[in-house]
Amino acid sequence: MTFTIPIDNGDALKNAETDSQRTLYPYVTGTSIVAIKYKDGVLMASDMGGSYGSTLRYKNIERVKAIGKHSLLGASGEISDFQEILRYLDELVLNDNMWDDGNSLGPKEVHNYLTRVMYNRRNKFNPLWNTLVLGGVKNGQSYLGMVSMIGVSFEDNHVATGFGNHLARPILRDEWHADLSFEDGVKLLEKCMRVLLYRDRSAINKLQISKITEEGVTVSQPYSLKTFWEFQAFHNPTAGAQGSW
Amino acid sequence: MFRNQYDTDVTTWSPTGRLFQVEYAMEAVKQGSAAIGLRSRSHVVLASVNKAQSELSSHQWKIFKVDDHIGVAIAGLTADGRVLSRYMRSESINHSFTYESPLPVGRLVVRLADKAQVCTQRSWKRPYGVGLLVGGLDESGAHLYYNCPSGNYFEYQAFAIGSRSQAAKTYLERRFESFNESSREDLIKDAILAIRETLQGETLKSSLCTVSVLGVDEPFHFLDQESIQKVIDTFEKVPEEEEDGGEAEAEAAAAPAEQGGAGDQDVAPMEM
Repeated sequence: MTFTIPIDNGDALKNAETDSQRTLYPYVTGTSIVAIKYKDGVLMASDMGGSYGSTLRYKNIERVKAIGKHSLLGASGEISDFQEILRYLDELVLNDNMWDDGNSLGPKEVHNYLTRVMYNRRNKFNPLWNTLVLGGVKNGQSYLGMVSMIGVSFEDNHVATGFGNHLARPILRDEWHADLSFEDGVKLLEKCMRVLLYRDRSAINKLQISKITEEGVTVSQPYSLKTFWEFQAFHNPTAGAQGSW
Repeated sequence: MFRNQYDTDVTTWSPTGRLFQVEYAMEAVKQGSAAIGLRSRSHVVLASVNKAQSELSSHQWKIFKVDDHIGVAIAGLTADGRVLSRYMRSESINHSFTYESPLPVGRLVVRLADKAQVCTQRSWKRPYGVGLLVGGLDESGAHLYYNCPSGNYFEYQAFAIGSRSQAAKTYLERRFESFNESSREDLIKDAILAIRETLQGETLKSSLCTVSVLGVDEPFHFLDQESIQKVIDTFEKVPEEEEDGGEAEAEAAAAPAEQGGAGDQDVAPMEM
């Protein structure tokens, strides 16, 4: 990212702040989010880690938050940009509540609003470095969608961000079905998170499962998954590559 | 209303606390041809009387589609009405673009009212000379609102504006309690009957009125002349029925209570 884009902030020679105004690379990042639709609504799983490059620096970051009455937002990528997005949504929800007229923002509206924001930022070459997962229930209808940092947006029955796309989605494609019970949904998500824990370097073993139904949002207390390291493949991991070549 | 020394400027109060220019703007609404709105729990019907400048010209459009779920009927300065309809369409489509969801009618109406209020508090502006009947559907059900040049707005079960609207209002007052549970067909019939009231004796033909409907699972659209004529035929064929008897009495009582019901010759060309 060494090209310069002319920006309306004055001459780059004279004005030291021009380039530092744009997001060039992320600093503190969250890893995958995995989410599925189930019988009563949507389940979302995330770990509580914030990495600083390759250092697992922060271990108590909540990467899933409730939005209004009907939605749940999970984010991977730059944590500070996620916090900025939460501020935008706060304002949106506040204004919606102030109308006090029986209408309320549903998950579809929030998802589309976020898509507009992300795409607009991308067009200005100043992205919010996140992949967002938006899940919710309104009037009995479940909704699950995703928006990336370049504004790509879609809905599906199960979504995952980052490494989750490569490791969790295949599991979900095989094992997800409509009308999963809560217990089966959690078991399925834990299966995905366990694989991510083994194989994603930036994953930590402290996760939260959040659920949203018509009644509202519940975010679980953080807990750990049991792991097993005695697989044969984990003994003598360099067996296939002795020495240097 | 007579001329007085406090009515030159919209930003001048009278000693009795009135803004005469705003009230004069509301007079302009009364000069336009009638527009009527009614709603049930699931549908809203907007109807208007077609008036043409001359026999040679086409009639003035008084009902506009704002979105699939919102329509507006105007009375007064139609140019002002068109500008406000364009504003409403713009607001509605911007909301749909950002949220992929229809704009709640109540919120649109407030924005419209605030826009009208601005014109009552700037010395370099004048109030919009048009009344708007906004009908729409949202999460909380079917709604009908009336927006005034003063910036006020009210919600109604049924309402009529424009010249000879009092006759229509009287008819609606007698029937409005049943509207919430009315079927779509009955609601349309009541709208056309209310239009007939404003015609005061002139034979009701489908070419004289425009009717539009919107409802749950039914986007805003106009009824074609054939459908309107069919509804008219169900009651116009037997003029001495008990319904008509009641109407004749109502007309006689309404005529002296008429407000601003100027004859057609006195209507300024820019008002319809």
